[in-house]
Amino acid sequence: MPALAEALVHSATAGPLVHQSLIDFNLAGLGRNFWGLTIEGLTYGAIYALVAVGYTLVYGVLRLINFAHSEVFMLGMFGQYATLLLLGFYPSGNAYDKGILLTVLYLGIAMLGGMIVAGGTAVGLERVAYRPLRKRGAPSLVFLITAIGMSFVLQEFVHFVLPKLTGGTLGGVNAQQPIRLVQPEVQFTIGGAPVTNVTLVIILSALVLALATDLFINRTKFGRGIRAVAQDPVTATLMGVSRERVIMLTFLIGGILAGAAALLYTLRVPNGIIYSGGFILGIKAFSAAVLGGIGNLRGALLGGLLLGVMENYGQVVFGTEWRDVVAFVLLIVVLMFRPTGILGESLGRARA
Amino acid sequence: MSTSTPAPQPSSSGAPTSMPPAGRVATKDRPHGGVGDRLRLWWDALPRPTQWLVGVPFVLFMALVPILNIPVLTTVGTNFGGVMAQFGMIALIAIGLNVVVGQAGLLDLGYVGFYAIGAYTVAILTSPDSPWNQAGEGHWLGREWAWLAALPVAIAITSLSGLILGSPTLRLRGDYLAIVTLGFGEIVRLLADNLDELTGGGQGLRGVAYPRLGVTEDLPNGVFSAGNAAGTLNSGVWWYWLSLVFIVISLLFVGNLERSRVGRAWVAIREDEDAAEIMGVPTFRFKLWAFVIGASIGGVAGALYAGQVQFVIPTNFNVINSVLFLCAVVLGGQGNKLGVILGAFIIVYVPNFFLGRTELFGIPINGNEIASYRYLFFGLALVVLMIFRPQGLIPVRQKLLTYGRELYVAARRSAHVVAPRGGSDGGARPGTPAVATASGGAGGAAPVAGGPTADGPGTARSTTNEEETR
Amino acid sequence: MSTHDPGGIGAGGEHGDEHLAASGRADSSRADLYMPGAVLEEPAIVDVAEVRPELANPDLVDAMVAPDRTVRAKVGEPLLQMENVTVQFGGLVALDDVTFEIRRGEILGLIGPNGAGKTTAFNAMTGVYRPTKGQVVFDGTPVGKLKRYRITQRGIARTFQNIRLFNEMTALENVVVGSDARHRTSVPGALFRTPRHRREERDAIDRAMALLEFVGVGGRATEKARNLSYGDQRRLEIARALATEPKLLCLDEPAAGFNPAEKEALMDLIRHIRDDGYTVLLIEHDMRLVRGVTDRIVVLEFGRVIADGTPDEVTNDPKVIAAYLGVPDEELAAAEGGTGADAPAAPTTEGGSGDASA
Repeated sequence: MPALAEALVHSATAGPLVHQSLIDFNLAGLGRNFWGLTIEGLTYGAIYALVAVGYTLVYGVLRLINFAHSEVFMLGMFGQYATLLLLGFYPSGNAYDKGILLTVLYLGIAMLGGMIVAGGTAVGLERVAYRPLRKRGAPSLVFLITAIGMSFVLQEFVHFVLPKLTGGTLGGVNAQQPIRLVQPEVQFTIGGAPVTNVTLVIILSALVLALATDLFINRTKFGRGIRAVAQDPVTATLMGVSRERVIMLTFLIGGILAGAAALLYTLRVPNGIIYSGGFILGIKAFSAAVLGGIGNLRGALLGGLLLGVMENYGQVVFGTEWRDVVAFVLLIVVLMFRPTGILGESLGRARA
Repeated sequence: MSTSTPAPQPSSSGAPTSMPPAGRVATKDRPHGGVGDRLRLWWDALPRPTQWLVGVPFVLFMALVPILNIPVLTTVGTNFGGVMAQFGMIALIAIGLNVVVGQAGLLDLGYVGFYAIGAYTVAILTSPDSPWNQAGEGHWLGREWAWLAALPVAIAITSLSGLILGSPTLRLRGDYLAIVTLGFGEIVRLLADNLDELTGGGQGLRGVAYPRLGVTEDLPNGVFSAGNAAGTLNSGVWWYWLSLVFIVISLLFVGNLERSRVGRAWVAIREDEDAAEIMGVPTFRFKLWAFVIGASIGGVAGALYAGQVQFVIPTNFNVINSVLFLCAVVLGGQGNKLGVILGAFIIVYVPNFFLGRTELFGIPINGNEIASYRYLFFGLALVVLMIFRPQGLIPVRQKLLTYGRELYVAARRSAHVVAPRGGSDGGARPGTPAVATASGGAGGAAPVAGGPTADGPGTARSTTNEEETR
Repeated sequence: MSTHDPGGIGAGGEHGDEHLAASGRADSSRADLYMPGAVLEEPAIVDVAEVRPELANPDLVDAMVAPDRTVRAKVGEPLLQMENVTVQFGGLVALDDVTFEIRRGEILGLIGPNGAGKTTAFNAMTGVYRPTKGQVVFDGTPVGKLKRYRITQRGIARTFQNIRLFNEMTALENVVVGSDARHRTSVPGALFRTPRHRREERDAIDRAMALLEFVGVGGRATEKARNLSYGDQRRLEIARALATEPKLLCLDEPAAGFNPAEKEALMDLIRHIRDDGYTVLLIEHDMRLVRGVTDRIVVLEFGRVIADGTPDEVTNDPKVIAAYLGVPDEELAAAEGGTGADAPAAPTTEGGSGDASA
């Protein structure tokens, strides 16, 4: 709540009992580090964007906020971590140095592992939790509550059950010890801001994946099916599009992208692999989807980048601890003034 | 009235023989045709004094539960009084959240925010750690009454925050609302965490005031203090009793609202918001009211919490708690006040039941581990419930009218009297001859003499009516 | 209701209360019947004449249902005027300079082929759409930028083409929601059960029962709306709309899915509503129904008014025949016969497609 925050800040500074302002405004800092902050923001934004696509596609087709998508992402992180373990890597303080080609290869395999786990989870989620509800024609509130329930189940699965299944290697209360394949090294600078190889990898991979998804949705037969169902499920079904298959495909794409995002995220935040690690990121990705216009693929990408950048500016202006608050306030403000997001809602263009 | 012949109960009359009128929907399509409905019918048919006669002892029994020390119920690992106190608070929360989610159909995932605001208001006003402390030596509130004085402030501030959150967001569609409220809950927690000067940040605020009553030599701080930890009448029991008082008050208030224009507006909004607006319901205003009322009840619960544990820290107000509260409401039965209280009980009691238990029915178990799995089980419960019983454990239909009970009673009577028609003893049942006569005539049996003739034309009319309907 | 209706409504209300106490007592001795385990035979039919004996008198029912509010327009004078109303959606002109009026005390039929703008006109009147140009004047004042619930409170009530009842509420409660549009109790009043709240609640139930009897579903008052038959649901929608005491009642294809006998009964009901002091706007496809019941007919085509007159004038208008029916006069009867035969077979499909398109 901007009003609330403002009131609190105001009363706090004016109050006789508090002498010091509770929130610092550091606009100078923003000016000094503008390019660095933008690049950093784009890095996070690219990850938000990939996860946001999962929300947006499912919402477009089912009109459902897949609350458990953050857990799909979280499992994706564990998936790529497990893949690296299987490849023979072990957590250590130092980064491995395998040379560019091999590193890219291993990262690719790990990403594939993350994609498989996350995609499988997303499809399984659809099968186990949502399909029975669809068959019963449940109201949307029931879907949402189920999604929340599944989110709990998946988190707690990793929290308690996974360590038992893997002998304590995976899951549990603490974050996984990081496996570093890439040591961040500055490659070049833009406007005085350093660009590391990690940043490059994240932004480039995200761009490629986003482009591929866009092509898939807009150019292929499957994509046409998705758009058709999003626009008018009844007519699409009458026209011979299998709604169930489209829904499954939608969850699969969302899951795969979340898995890819999971690997990119762990490159940037190596010790973020924890059972509760998806939650906040999920909310932010959802905010990104809403920001761009939920149901709208390009909106999700735009929203993700925008959110990442704005949040990064915000955390410099207000202080690091306000980073999440900036994101939520941004979401609320955007919804108040443009309830359908920046690019508007629609996966298949016009909808009543 | 023939008292000699045992009255055949409707249940003994076997398969119903009456033809259902057109438009009847098969019972399996009715989501609310279960035990809850039966109980409700029985309860509704009782006259008001009898309802009080049953209700008051029941509440008294509930109040005595923590000190009766019933062996099956009592918890092993934790103090049962403390568990019941927690239940009281969560029940209050469930009642408040039920107004928002169950009655008005607004999915609020940030409800914990109101709980936090209520708790922090009391803490900021009465904790010695707080810069705005008003309680104790040198301040204008005595420690004895500080909690009670802070309570109305907490209610006012939570209501206000409900208004502030609601007025921009309630124009949003349902699923957006869920996310925005989730964001709100998280913002409140982050504010509590980040505004160190005021809220003590991650350290929290200690020494929150509580009612200082029943001071004795053994208990220099009164029965509500955390120091009163031992014995049957420990502080938990006292806090439980205090929350019971608030629960009864809010049930009365919420019940009054439910059986009024307000409750009907809420259900209408839940069912079809556009249609409600077009039928003259100021939807936005009533949604806002639901938010404000829900928030204020959450504020009371927060104030109780702050007083009971005497310190507040941000981690107690994680968004995951919002989901837990929602779980209580959904589990018990959205829209049903008593159901959500049962839901709250399950949420609080079940994990505590397992805590510290090493065996159950002779089977050795690791109770602590089971208790720590609670979120897993609650998540599963939500999913399974949504698939197989989305209406919750006790789905009781809401009553939305202050008057008109007699219509429902009459309808039920007809529903029952229709059943034994095949046995052709419509008039033989003990009880009210007038009823039996009317229905006997309506049922097409031989006219029974002796019914009061005061509403003779009415009976005749009803006969034709019923025949038309069939 | 701030004042008592003519015809002893107030007295009726008091009787109702006495009865409440009495029947409550009568029933209390039978509480055991409702114990869990007892077979609950559905559906529950309220013996209205027993519970509310005063409703056995049809005249009293009519008097209770009659609107109790001051209307500025006199009978026969314009109640609602569409003045050069244009509604555009982007480039699409849904209504083009539409002008017609509804006079107090009449039944006006609004007809036209699919896509002619009937529903748009309807929505412009009820505030769902704002006219791009022109204005809607209702009972002397422009509807302007009023909120939708305000328009209902001002006196325009409607039913829906695809039934939109509050399904989990009982029939009685649905109607009481309608009458709440004329109530002023809000949260404080309800919280503390003020005298006004209690008076409004009593009045609402009395009037709602009368309305249910009026439209013929009184016996099903306590049944959930979703469990009512299709025909009863349509009637219940009318009762709910009437409960707002509208100056103008708009019926959006109330006969959709009805068989000829049901249509006949509906025509009687609509006439009865008019005779009770209401003004009715009827949107309908079925020419026979429209011709049989309306006093005047307005015909729309492509968003324009192409005819406006008595049923005979309009149905003989060659423009109307050409545009609306698209068939020569002789074939009109045959076409009508076809519709009549079709309708009873199609109710479920029609309902279903209505839902899907909404």
